[in-house]
Amino acid sequence: METKAFQKIYTKVTEITKATCTLKATGIGYDELAVVNDRLAQVVKIRGEDVTLQVFSGTEGIPTDAEVVFMGKSHTLKVGDELAGRFFNAYGQPIDNGPEVSGEEREINSPSVNPVRRQQPSELISTGIAGIDLNNTLVTGQKIPFFADPDQPFNQVMAMVALRAQADKIILGGMGLTNDDYLFYKNVFDNADALDRIISFVNTTEDPPVERLLVPDMALTAAEYFAVDKKQKVLVLLTDMTLFADALSIVSNRMDQIPSKDSMPGSLYSDLAKIYEKAVQFPEGGSITIVAVTTLSGGDITHAIPDNTGYITEGQLFLRTDSDIGKVVVDPFRSLSRLKQLVIGEDTREDHGQVMNTAIRLFADASNARTKLENGFDLTDYDKRTLDFAKEYSRQLLAIDVNIEIDEMLDVGWKLFAKHFKEAEVGIKKNLVDKYWPKQEETE
Amino acid sequence: MSTTGKVSAIIANLVYVEVDGPVGQNEICYIKLGDVNLMAEVIKVIGKYAYVQVFESTSGLKINDTVEFTGHMLEVSLGPGILERNYDGLQNDLDQMDGIFLKRGEYTEALNQEKEYEFTPIASEGDQVSAGAWLGEVKENWVSHKIMVPFKLTGEYTIKSLAKEGSYKVTDTMAILTDKEGQEITVTMIQKWPVKRPIKSYKEKPRPFKLLETGVRTIDSLNPIVEGGTGFIPGPFGSGKTVLQHALSRQAEADIIVIAACGERANEVVEIFKEFPELEDPRTGRKLIERTTIIANTSNMPVAAREASVYTAMTISEYYRSMGLRVMMLADSTSRWAQALREMSNRMEELPGPDAFPMDLSSIISNFYARAGYVYLNNGATGSVTFIGTVSPAGGNLKEPVTENTKKVARCFYALSQQRADSKRYPAIDPIDSYSKYIEYDEFQEYLNENISQNWIDNILKAKNILIRGKEASEQINILGDDGVPIDYHINFWKSEIIDFAILQQDAFDKIDSATPIERQEYMFNKVLNICDFDFEFKNFEEVAGYFKRVINALKQMNYSEYKSENFKKHEKELGQILEERKAEPVSN
Repeated sequence: METKAFQKIYTKVTEITKATCTLKATGIGYDELAVVNDRLAQVVKIRGEDVTLQVFSGTEGIPTDAEVVFMGKSHTLKVGDELAGRFFNAYGQPIDNGPEVSGEEREINSPSVNPVRRQQPSELISTGIAGIDLNNTLVTGQKIPFFADPDQPFNQVMAMVALRAQADKIILGGMGLTNDDYLFYKNVFDNADALDRIISFVNTTEDPPVERLLVPDMALTAAEYFAVDKKQKVLVLLTDMTLFADALSIVSNRMDQIPSKDSMPGSLYSDLAKIYEKAVQFPEGGSITIVAVTTLSGGDITHAIPDNTGYITEGQLFLRTDSDIGKVVVDPFRSLSRLKQLVIGEDTREDHGQVMNTAIRLFADASNARTKLENGFDLTDYDKRTLDFAKEYSRQLLAIDVNIEIDEMLDVGWKLFAKHFKEAEVGIKKNLVDKYWPKQEETE
Repeated sequence: MSTTGKVSAIIANLVYVEVDGPVGQNEICYIKLGDVNLMAEVIKVIGKYAYVQVFESTSGLKINDTVEFTGHMLEVSLGPGILERNYDGLQNDLDQMDGIFLKRGEYTEALNQEKEYEFTPIASEGDQVSAGAWLGEVKENWVSHKIMVPFKLTGEYTIKSLAKEGSYKVTDTMAILTDKEGQEITVTMIQKWPVKRPIKSYKEKPRPFKLLETGVRTIDSLNPIVEGGTGFIPGPFGSGKTVLQHALSRQAEADIIVIAACGERANEVVEIFKEFPELEDPRTGRKLIERTTIIANTSNMPVAAREASVYTAMTISEYYRSMGLRVMMLADSTSRWAQALREMSNRMEELPGPDAFPMDLSSIISNFYARAGYVYLNNGATGSVTFIGTVSPAGGNLKEPVTENTKKVARCFYALSQQRADSKRYPAIDPIDSYSKYIEYDEFQEYLNENISQNWIDNILKAKNILIRGKEASEQINILGDDGVPIDYHINFWKSEIIDFAILQQDAFDKIDSATPIERQEYMFNKVLNICDFDFEFKNFEEVAGYFKRVINALKQMNYSEYKSENFKKHEKELGQILEERKAEPVSN
């Protein structure tokens, strides 16, 4: 990092710990950035003349005579249309061998939106994935995580959402991605010819973990630029928030803070809320929607990270491998989008709500039938039909590799109802049945 | 001259200030950062250093920046114009702020300084008065808002002059009082009060004894709350907490609603902002928002102000109570408030208590709940603050410090059950786990006996017993199978289902069913318990379910019909016929 000629250079570091170093300096602002022997650091504590810096990449090899230069500002990101299609690291520097971005420099970590200025989310974002669009519809301004075990293909699903989602800009914040996963994303985006609307901020496992604390703020600063200044519909994808929280606990530990539940810092709720609450529908049309990944350990949702997340986000999505069809599906039982009722039947076709509920109910009947079967009981004709239905429902709708429009999902739903059940068995409102129940020839 | 100081250390939003004069614990100061002032509160003093917590981000703050102390604690402005406002935790009027984003250091007047109110005097010149005495009143929307002698004044005063009937602004002089030494005190419509101190300008605070009608059957009929009572709701996410809160604010027999949205989702607050102005107030036919104040400090707003927000809301509630009004305060969620305390105590490097919460969490919570209550004012009028807080237990586990400490002080517990929510049995309050300690109060029993019914409490106990028996029966049936248990088990189970469907479950979206007046509740409760007393005869268990479903259906149709209307009576007759079929005879017990 270049230093300017008139800047004062300090060379007397008085204290060094694993993550921080302290020196005597005056006139320094809180949160200000500094460079310590070419490494980026930030002021985390000032006590009289003693200024403590958190060195993002760690303090290995920093000598007491290290050169320290203060930059007079906090973290910033240059925003502009040029961001589109680019890959950056956690500091907002290009990592794709492209040129530096020119544009207005903005401090990351912007203030909160005044709650009375927010609009109620009301616009649908479709992803082509029926487990989401049909059963757990996303709405602009919503925030929702995937709760997934580390072995589940959440990165593939996120990439798929990024490519298919009908948003003006997709911003990926990758935290602790393995290099392989980073290359996977890069590859997918390059090949899909969708680069002009995708921006990525990536911290890989090769980078120091503390750096990833900057990734969400970088991604959201870019998102706010497009949503506020350009009035665009922005979708922010954050993966993996568990690794973000782990980095928080590392920092708080090094700062000698007392941990609370699961060795997480006591401020975990506020720290996560500050990020997720950036999801907003602005009054003038722009919006920020956040889809995140929170990896679980052995499906445990009572751990502090998923638990706090659940209280902040508007629902959650679960992935599950369906053994019937050998594919990954979005679990219809445990997943929930809290805002879906704002658009179902309003933005979508009138039969959406009924088709959704009926299919899930029949799917639940199938799972009861399966239990019956496993316990050695005889199945009724209805049980057998629900099992057949469930299999096709999984394959044709729930599987994440299905990519169709919502209207088509609804049509498929009706077709499956008609194929396996009688009108009276599905219990849908008469006027909808009359209108949408497939005629004989269509069901073969 | 007021005390000033200089910043000497900064650790996130904890700042050490070297002061040049006296400072008080909890005193408010402003730190100058360029051209903005950051508000902060003293939380510890050591020698010439005051430790202050800043209510906003300290980014860019430097050593030696100047600090000015105000000489008072965190105060709110009390006066006409609080209703219908949306405030943040420090009583800034959110609607008055410019722009989409909240700017650091932007503070607004809490009350409209220009608006004029029609004043009518109540007291007369020459009267002897003390703090909290009513001098006159103005109309704030439809509420008669009393202009009172400031709560800060101690001792007796004489009214030297009092404004005549007419229009005045909130800052106009409404009265001049003289104390014993003849010193004059000017009274306007606005007075300030420190939020962390309870307003105690009342004569007596008895144990609460008056039923607070909420129109929600599972509360009034099974776990009643009283005027001035306290309750808490642990809400696992997605269990219908919001719908229940809306029902309470819409229907409860309260004059004023104060909602503290403390550290929760912003989109949920937006829902309140959008819905309340639309919701009709069933009692006045006007909009609910006209008697509501919302204090919104969402999860992404500054943590220190989140702590203040519940106190701000409580002080406003107490202010309206002093006017002889019934106030209902809802706080969602007190866990987020406790977390704010934890974050600060952590930064102060205090020794932590359980789960890293501050050691004095339990006393902080109990002091706060103690501010609710029913009071006799000095002029004999009564007022009340009923407080219901929600807690958000981590991992849904009720054995955590906030829930446990709340349980010690709150007298009603409304357990929202995920299982009931999943099976769409709304409101999802579990009738067996929930409790109301007020039913043990003699005063409350007397009140019920005199005003509502002789056997209300007996009915509650009886109904709970039937529900417990039903639950046991259903467990047995699940284990042993339908034909593995005596028919009585099925009957017991279905009797509890009658209570569940006809009393506990209530359709919040149905015009008639959503609010049930107490007289009607009594009628139906007696009717249902009467049915439960009957002996039913069945040949085999297969007959049981079908029969009771018909009973339930008739009762539900009654619930959906206008009370004592033709329709109501028709279904009641139907019910009678169904009961006849099984040659029902009362059990003699």
